[in-house]
Amino acid sequence: MQTFLDIFDIYLLEAVINGILLGGVLALLALGLNLIFGVIDVTWICYAELVMLGMYAMYFMVQYYGVSYFVAAPFTILLVAVLGAALHYLVIAPLLTAPPINQLLATGGVLFVLQSFATVAFGIDFRNLGIRLPVLAFGDMNFSYARLLSFVAALVGMVAVYLFMTRTFTGTAIRAISQDRQIMALMGVDTKRIYLITSALGGALAGLAACLLVLQYDVHPFVGLSFGPITFLICVLGGLGNFIGGFIAAFLFAEIISLGGLFSDLEWGYVLAFAFFIVMMFIRPAGLLARRR
Amino acid sequence: MTGQGRLAAWGIGLAALVALPFVYRDPYHLHILVLILIWSFAYTSWSMMGRFGLVSLGHGGFMGIGAYVTALLWNHLGLSPWIGIPISMAAAGALAMIVGYPCFRFRITGHYFVLVTLALSGIVLQVITATRDYTGGSLGYTPNRASGNKLLALQFDGKTTWYLIALAVWLFGIVVWHWVDRSMARYALEAISEDEDAAAAAGVDVTAEKLKITLLSALMTALAGAIYCQYQMFITPDTVSGIAVSLQMVFAAIVGGLFVSLGPTVGAIITILLAETLRIGFGTKAVGWDNLVYGVLLVIFIIFLPKGILGSLLDRLKPQRKVPRAHEQEAVQIARPGT
Amino acid sequence: MLELRGVNAGYGTFQALFDVNLDVKAGEAVGVIGPNGAGKTTLMRIISGLIRPSRGSITMEGVDVVATPPHKIVSLGIAHVPENRRLFPQLTVDDNLKMGAFMKEARDHYAERLEVVFDLFPRLKERRHQMAGTMSGGEQQMCAIGRALMSNPKLLLLDEPSAGLAPVVVQQVFELVKRIRASGLTVLIVEQNVQQVLKVVDRAYLIEAGTIRASGTSAEMLASDTVKEAYLGV
Repeated sequence: MQTFLDIFDIYLLEAVINGILLGGVLALLALGLNLIFGVIDVTWICYAELVMLGMYAMYFMVQYYGVSYFVAAPFTILLVAVLGAALHYLVIAPLLTAPPINQLLATGGVLFVLQSFATVAFGIDFRNLGIRLPVLAFGDMNFSYARLLSFVAALVGMVAVYLFMTRTFTGTAIRAISQDRQIMALMGVDTKRIYLITSALGGALAGLAACLLVLQYDVHPFVGLSFGPITFLICVLGGLGNFIGGFIAAFLFAEIISLGGLFSDLEWGYVLAFAFFIVMMFIRPAGLLARRR
Repeated sequence: MTGQGRLAAWGIGLAALVALPFVYRDPYHLHILVLILIWSFAYTSWSMMGRFGLVSLGHGGFMGIGAYVTALLWNHLGLSPWIGIPISMAAAGALAMIVGYPCFRFRITGHYFVLVTLALSGIVLQVITATRDYTGGSLGYTPNRASGNKLLALQFDGKTTWYLIALAVWLFGIVVWHWVDRSMARYALEAISEDEDAAAAAGVDVTAEKLKITLLSALMTALAGAIYCQYQMFITPDTVSGIAVSLQMVFAAIVGGLFVSLGPTVGAIITILLAETLRIGFGTKAVGWDNLVYGVLLVIFIIFLPKGILGSLLDRLKPQRKVPRAHEQEAVQIARPGT
Repeated sequence: MLELRGVNAGYGTFQALFDVNLDVKAGEAVGVIGPNGAGKTTLMRIISGLIRPSRGSITMEGVDVVATPPHKIVSLGIAHVPENRRLFPQLTVDDNLKMGAFMKEARDHYAERLEVVFDLFPRLKERRHQMAGTMSGGEQQMCAIGRALMSNPKLLLLDEPSAGLAPVVVQQVFELVKRIRASGLTVLIVEQNVQQVLKVVDRAYLIEAGTIRASGTSAEMLASDTVKEAYLGV
């Protein structure tokens, strides 16, 4: 009995730490969505599908053309950033004066387009990079390097965004625009340009997430469905457009998924997370940090 | 058109629809018609909420529950669909209440509501996939063939029988739509979709009204899923549940027109004919192409024709038909912006 | 410097300005006075491009303002301190000032301009890391003016700088306006506080129901019976 508890404790600790590692990537995804919502007031339902395309880009560059992982990553980030800007320019910009729900549904159409594009172009096979990073043994616990690397890279990505948002004129304008849209012209700010930059930045974050997720998961046209919904729940719980709330919620959900996955399949972790979300709505109806738009 | 004339037109149309399979027996075309009728029913169910600005992307979940619960009860417990379908509908209704109550109670509207319901259908899909030992996971699931009474098992071989069942179910959907349209609930819900606080101040029980229409819509959607399962005798998580199915409902309802009773039906006709044409045109390579075109069209529709084909046509044909309801006046207004 | 000729403007079907002609010469301080809803704020907004006139012309040093995209109007040398200050409440004072220097030309001189503004408002330097929304009304007004000055404008548009401020603070604000004037800046100021504003400006326009009713030097306006009866309460 004693030994059983020991093992259990170690697994529990391992799950907790893995949860923290997963939280990094989820926080990255939530940050991208929150950024776009905060600035442009629109939710990209197809956000996870942009990540999916990024994962394919990584797969083809690394596996097919033999480009090194670290060379392929910047290209992928750039590519998804361009996709983000294009999404804004082609779909959101013509709908800026329409009700926000229409913009949201239009990105739903884009979700269809991206999923079926991937199906048509790449088929429905599951593909992976074939890179098997070693497993780090720490005492009796095992952590994959892939997770550690993604966690660190996600943190670096978020710090980079933070510095951009606080240190540069454009970053400051991005924060300002969500507080008072109308007077931006008085500052000499072209809001259209800021929207485009923000969309590209949101895309870049999706691209970074793609580079990290492709280390751990197989890519297929519907891979977005496995982490898209959880990202949305994180954003709603943290408060759409609230960066800090999204960050905290990401780690909360990651822990639930990781600990839930300890007891059975990972999918049940999602169910637990959803149940947790419903309960949280009763406890904190205004979101984690109570800043509702 | 007078009320009587309209009723007569409906009567003649219906009689023609009922008579159709007895005159025209091409099984492929009947199959397409059955699909159109079942999906029309599902889309109509969605639009009952959607027309009041309650944009739910959770209906894929309700439909999946309707299909899978019915099939699972039949295969594992031998429970006839006649009992299984009500149970599956109750399950979908219960889930709708569990998610809907906190959403409506705490005024989760607009973007927030869409995202919560979106997650709901994602989760249902995950659960179906996760319980692969029972549901067959993403490979799909087949209800056992009935050895005895076909009627008890709700399994029929003839297309004509299914056509008539689907027609009845579809008609039921249209009748419910009109029933809601004429009810007091419509005014309450329209007031809510205009201004929730003002409606509440005017004495409308916002939470209760929203819950009622959500429950009705979820129950009907689950029924659509169950009927689809019984007809096709094969379901996969992707065809009856998940975000894609939810979006498909929104798409068809918008293409056809949200604010007219036959709008979702027109949407179903267009989308299913489109999918079939593409499927035949491209052969087996068509996997994905139909959805690609769907998606592009959805985006184009939202940008250029947010009232849908039938809605826009009716507007053009009889601009003075009636005083537009407040929430129809703004052409682009599908739903109220978020809070 | 600034010329408005036959300007009409409004919101939707509501017309707020009718054939307005107005001039501001370089180095002048000009006031616009009038009752609530007379179109004073609309006047400021069409000059800075927040709304567009339906008819008429606006030129700044010979450049057509109406044909300039709104976000480029700052580059013409027009800085607008909007009604109710409109700071970014959840940005620090520093960040608010940074926004004022957003445009390319101002960005290059950011450090110099910051010094100028901090010289003028030492208080802002003390509060530079504070959220703008948490400061007192007077401090917020300083910050709003400072933000406008960051772009090194030639013409400063002040919309009701004294609105919502305590009487003592109102005094301070008008002192500030005097100092800004003294630094050689051209100022167009909209005010309800007629007595105070006429002490600060060279000339003034009286606007009522969207039309210019009278104009003249401060002394003439002070002496005018219409102004006296309606606005000075004499």
